[in-house]
Amino acid sequence: MSIHLLVDFGSTYTKLTAVDVEEEVIIGTSKAMTTVKTDVLEGFNTALEKLENAHPKMGEISAVSACSSAAGGLKMAAIGLIEELTAEAAKRACLGAGALVNHVYTHHLSKKEIKALKSAAIDIVLLAGGTDGGNKECIIHNAKKLREAEIEVPIIVAGNKDAADEIETIFDDSKIEYYIVDNVMPKLKELHVKAAKDVIRKIFITKIIEAKGIKKAEEKTGEIIMPTPESVLMAAELLAKGYEDEEGYGELMVVDIGGATTDIHTLGRGYPKRTEVILKGLQEPFAKRTVEGDLGMRYSANALLSLVSPYEFKKYYQYEDESNIEASAKKRSEHVDYLPDNDQEEAFDAALARICCDLSVSRHVGTVEVVYTPLGNMYYQTGKDLTEVQYVVGTGGVLIHRKDAKQILSEVTKKSNKKLELRPEDPKILIDEHYILAAMGLLSQKHPKLALKLLKRHLK
Amino acid sequence: MHTVVIGVIGADVHAVGNKIIEHVLNEHGFNVVNIGVLSSQEDFINAAIETNAKAILVSSLYGHGEIDCRQMKDNCVEAGLSHVKLYVGGNIVVGKQDFKEVEDRFKKMGFDRVYPPGTNIEEAIEEIKADLT
Repeated sequence: MSIHLLVDFGSTYTKLTAVDVEEEVIIGTSKAMTTVKTDVLEGFNTALEKLENAHPKMGEISAVSACSSAAGGLKMAAIGLIEELTAEAAKRACLGAGALVNHVYTHHLSKKEIKALKSAAIDIVLLAGGTDGGNKECIIHNAKKLREAEIEVPIIVAGNKDAADEIETIFDDSKIEYYIVDNVMPKLKELHVKAAKDVIRKIFITKIIEAKGIKKAEEKTGEIIMPTPESVLMAAELLAKGYEDEEGYGELMVVDIGGATTDIHTLGRGYPKRTEVILKGLQEPFAKRTVEGDLGMRYSANALLSLVSPYEFKKYYQYEDESNIEASAKKRSEHVDYLPDNDQEEAFDAALARICCDLSVSRHVGTVEVVYTPLGNMYYQTGKDLTEVQYVVGTGGVLIHRKDAKQILSEVTKKSNKKLELRPEDPKILIDEHYILAAMGLLSQKHPKLALKLLKRHLK
Repeated sequence: MHTVVIGVIGADVHAVGNKIIEHVLNEHGFNVVNIGVLSSQEDFINAAIETNAKAILVSSLYGHGEIDCRQMKDNCVEAGLSHVKLYVGGNIVVGKQDFKEVEDRFKKMGFDRVYPPGTNIEEAIEEIKADLT
């Protein structure tokens, strides 16, 4: 037997998946609380013991791969010139690499912004601005400001290539750790994020893991190769595209509802489906990820309530008695490991999950806008047209553990007051019952075909 | 090599002339950033900022150009593009009007050069070259 162990150091749980590579089966999964504050290996060892006890005949582990979103995951700041262009391109590079982006700056950085940037809890800064041969004055100004402020986290420069030499000179005799890579928007509206994503991952592996106290795990797991969200995105991409003669599922969406955030991943070009639709804005990545920091089941429960009016909330929540709404939300944000203990609380969780799903899909999908022209109605499309998405895969604690997960996920297709949103219309809904998406993303690095087969077998 | 932004403004979908202008400008050594049809003032301005363009060439064929181009110069100035030359051409007003008057109106609106329908594109290019050097 040849066992490949896949490890996900999550913010709450360390999750293990054991795959028998020769027999092509998942032997088992286990989890234990993540123990970053003491020794990250404690949690790992507990989970491994559980796994070994449950499967005593498991045999020798021959390979281990790990990803991590522990200790706050990967947090980045994105800087660009125009909000909808280079700033957006920079943001998408960060999101695609599995980062959370809470700080986005445009045009010239002001003193106030630099101060905010310096005190923000971020791991990496991505500096963009200007197409190749385009504006370089702004990115050079911002590089100077970052240098003056002696920013301590690594800076990735992915802007106008004409500015690269000058930026190198600016940073060279400073303590700033910097990396100059290809422009995230080399031509107008053309997205080119691969080089930036690669270096984000490199920094994550070499520096961030250590800074967060997870490096120690590598004694047991070998190199932690990527942030967990990137791993999920890779699994989803594999499932969409297929591998060699093993066919994929085509355009698909992954909805990952967590305690703090809701992530939406879509795989597909999302081009307009009709001739009278004109595509606007920055090019969309084939594998697109968005993260909503205000939509989550626990840490973000309070923030979530502020997004919907009491009237709207009741559409998701069937209980007449609404006196407990605020208390229930508070209970969740204060006790993030809370599990519902009665029907009403169960219903409350379902309502939160529905809202997470509905709103995060609204923010992810493209929209159309009518333009009345002398030649008849035309439409602008901004973002991806996801109407023909074939599959929606649900993952994350709440969806995995609830029996009504598929009903919750049906929010994806809700059109009632959102006629201009290009949401999936009639997808099949699958649930990641065994929580294997991230693990299969990891496995796909060495055994893509096997990872794909297992995904197709276990997503139901 | 000069960078210029070209496109068709407003709810106008005339794509053929736009492609011809792109082709000819390319042949004359310009770096052409074509934002295509159905473009707003904001699209032109954002493109010009990111690409550090020296000029914006606005096309309009459906008669509503005068409305679409209102305050374009002001918006350029506001966006830090006061140095960028503004050109406009095509059927830019409703109906048949005396071109001299039309030209005056658009110049008052801040456009550097205004071209009537049927302008020979080579002629315009010579003027653009002269303006940008």
